[in-house]
Amino acid sequence: MNDMSQDGYVTEDGRQIGGVMMEMKNITLKFGGVVAIEDISFDIREGEIRAIIGPNGAGKSSMLNVISGFYHPQEGEVWFHGTERPAMKPYEVARQGVARTFQNIALFEGMTVLDNVMTGRLTHMKSGLLSQAIWWGKALQEEVKNREVVEKVIDFLEIQSIRKTPVGRLPYGLKKRVELARALAAEPKLLLLDEPMAGMNVEEKEDMSRFILDVNDEFGTTIALIEHDMGVVMDLSDRVVVMDYGKKIGDGTPDEVRNNQDVIDAYLGVAH
Amino acid sequence: MIDRSAAPSALNSIPALLARNATEFSTSPAYREKEYGIWQSWTWAEAAEEIESLALGFLNLGVNEGDYIAVIGRNRPNLYWSMVAAQMCGAIPVPLYQDANAEEMAYVLGHCGARFVVVADQEQVDKVIEVQEQLHQFEHMIYLDPRGLRKYDHSRLHEYSHIQAQGRAADDEFRPVLEKRRAALDLDSTCVMLYTSGTTGKPKGVVLSNRNIIVTSQHSSEFDHLKLGDEVLAYLPMAWVGDFIFSIGQAMWTGFCVNCPESPDTMMADLCEIGPSYYFAPPRIFETQLTSVMIRMEDAGKFKKGLFDYFMALARKVGPDLLDGKPVSLWDRLKYKLGEFCIYGPLKNTLGFSKVRVGYTAGEAIGPEIFDFYRSLGINLKQLYGQTEASVFIAQQPDGEVRSDTVGVPSPGVEIRLEDNGEIYYRSAGTFVEYYKNPESTADTKDAEGWVATGDAGFFEEGTGHLRIIDRAKDVGKMADGKLFAPKYVENKLKFYPNILEAVVFGSGRDRCAAFINIDLTAVGNWAERNNIAYASYQELAQHPDVYKTIQTHIEEVNKSIAEDSMLSGCQIHRFLILHKELDADDGEMTRTRKVRRKIVEEKFHDLITALYDGSERVQTTTEVTYEDGRKGSISANLELRDVAVVTPQQKMAAE
Repeated sequence: MNDMSQDGYVTEDGRQIGGVMMEMKNITLKFGGVVAIEDISFDIREGEIRAIIGPNGAGKSSMLNVISGFYHPQEGEVWFHGTERPAMKPYEVARQGVARTFQNIALFEGMTVLDNVMTGRLTHMKSGLLSQAIWWGKALQEEVKNREVVEKVIDFLEIQSIRKTPVGRLPYGLKKRVELARALAAEPKLLLLDEPMAGMNVEEKEDMSRFILDVNDEFGTTIALIEHDMGVVMDLSDRVVVMDYGKKIGDGTPDEVRNNQDVIDAYLGVAH
Repeated sequence: MIDRSAAPSALNSIPALLARNATEFSTSPAYREKEYGIWQSWTWAEAAEEIESLALGFLNLGVNEGDYIAVIGRNRPNLYWSMVAAQMCGAIPVPLYQDANAEEMAYVLGHCGARFVVVADQEQVDKVIEVQEQLHQFEHMIYLDPRGLRKYDHSRLHEYSHIQAQGRAADDEFRPVLEKRRAALDLDSTCVMLYTSGTTGKPKGVVLSNRNIIVTSQHSSEFDHLKLGDEVLAYLPMAWVGDFIFSIGQAMWTGFCVNCPESPDTMMADLCEIGPSYYFAPPRIFETQLTSVMIRMEDAGKFKKGLFDYFMALARKVGPDLLDGKPVSLWDRLKYKLGEFCIYGPLKNTLGFSKVRVGYTAGEAIGPEIFDFYRSLGINLKQLYGQTEASVFIAQQPDGEVRSDTVGVPSPGVEIRLEDNGEIYYRSAGTFVEYYKNPESTADTKDAEGWVATGDAGFFEEGTGHLRIIDRAKDVGKMADGKLFAPKYVENKLKFYPNILEAVVFGSGRDRCAAFINIDLTAVGNWAERNNIAYASYQELAQHPDVYKTIQTHIEEVNKSIAEDSMLSGCQIHRFLILHKELDADDGEMTRTRKVRRKIVEEKFHDLITALYDGSERVQTTTEVTYEDGRKGSISANLELRDVAVVTPQQKMAAE
């Protein structure tokens, strides 16, 4: 990675990747005596699709939770847009422009798709309780403005036909898409996807891959994702971090990672 | 700058009609499309402005008179506009089926030599780019939805809105050219070229003139009293002649509003929101809607279900008569009113049919139960018979004379002639000009006097003068005693039973008819489940004695109804068997569009046909099957053959 200038690089398919957006410096995260993440450093650059992979229990989701501010590492620093980020509540991180989806879908099952996606706009709503209650003035304007953003996301992800359907009635693949819609509704700068393809069939995976690429292309959103499907990871991502037992064992382009002996060992298994 | 009001006064082209609408109906809605969850709407004046800007943009891009401009995508106002804009420039729009694959598209684009292609989105752009090497005349592509296209090479690719903006900017320069081109259009200039779907051989380009489209639109609009203020939902393929007539021809003639759904998946919800007053759908859609209603009623509570059943029985009894203006007792009228309040009204609202004044179905035969269901609710559903070469209309049902088994009387301005073999010929103002670059086919289909062969066989019903279609003319044969043999007529009657998926009737050149039956695994499987009948495979279920008994009853009912037609009474089925496998396109027994390939079935199952005619009770057979992955295997079975009671026409006379 040393050949990369501070100004970014150009990907194989000709996309210009910008400077460092988020940098993790020597992160260590412990739960009591269990070391989930041990001294890991890597960066995420503007406009890139960054994958975090590794076998089960490698600490990938913990890493994502550190980025989203849900966990606070005991050691190390998180730098975001050139400043060190103090320990924050997740909603504060969200206000900074970080949105995420979850490994186990976390939607409001009884609410419609539209309402669920609207909750993604929460960080953009500023009208007061009174205005909201009487539904007049600023609250109304805000609703219209937010609804417009939401409708564009609905159109983008092609879920118009389920706009008014309660989420509980949807199949799994569509729920995943609704979750992505909610994250996109926040208009994030950095989008975190925790196993966006888990449990999907080939067709659903293809759809989701296309949406991820389109999001990156259309909105210029930076994406960090965890995924188990190697085919998907290698096709989608610009750079890959590989974790195993809480340690970083590889970092580079998909090709570099694919030929990394440590990575091969971690996946195929060697005597430890 | 030339005065805009100096539009041609004679209504002899679509752009001329547009100019009239833009002045006379300037504030009436012309197009609506649901986008971002809201119905966006354009008045006739606004639509005219959009279309003119695009036309100017086309000129700026170098569109010449006589160029072909292909249009590919789902129903969207912008794509309808691009067709009219093409006409304004003296070019000829060629709408294509959006689900066609790249190869099929390459053929059509190459055949018409389209210099310009207007497409909806990235998917279509990709298809055209894939085949552009084969297209020597292709120059520029214009796309509507920029999503995903930012990084494409834009030397030959243009965004729709940019073309319009360039057109507006170049108004001064190109307005005189546009006016000149528009003024040059007359009734004989080509309005549109539509490719027939081509179930047999390569697609053929049907050239339709302004006369074809405008006169047909005028006649058909008057026939059904279509007027300004009517609403229509445009959701059927733009490449289909029907959509062109409804969404462009009749819309331009009457000034009614064309509504485009948000996406194909939201069609039903959008239908409900718009509540069209003029509606068209193939039988398949009516069938799907009916099934979904029935399934939901099965889950309803006892009270609601009882109410539904009671009023639906009443509707079936008196609904069609009320619609046809026949006498109905006062008591029944009152009850029907109550039913309208409790059941029919809400149901029609759910289906999106509350305001339907004129509804049409065509394309294939519709099941009488389905047809009657909608009629009994008070929906004026009618049938029509037509084809691309006729600018749709050949025959249609007038209000008050609607039945499920006819296609109505000849449309206004259409002459119909029947050949000895029953083949239908027609001649009208809507009769197509020619097949593009295909004089032989044109000569085969259309004679010097303008009579066009439909390839369908039918007859006029005595008394009513209604036309009844029986089959494709080439499939209609003679039986050994010279009686008419129309297999598809009988097969369709059989297929209306939910238990029967497919039927193949034999009898050409023989003394009696016999049939192969395919059961519908879903319907029969359901029935088996409810009656505690265990089965391990399709084959086992098909050979179950109770299934045979049910099918036998169905066939006997069909025989009874066939016997009522003196011309076709010879087609009654004497003997049948239920096939041990489903007829399948993978085995070549059907086309991909699920039409039976009679010849292949006859060859493949010749042993079974022999058995049907030699009187044996059972037959042992082995059939080769192809699995989806291309491997071959074989299945063998011991099939039962059954005799069916037939009704002789004389017996029926005696019974009456």
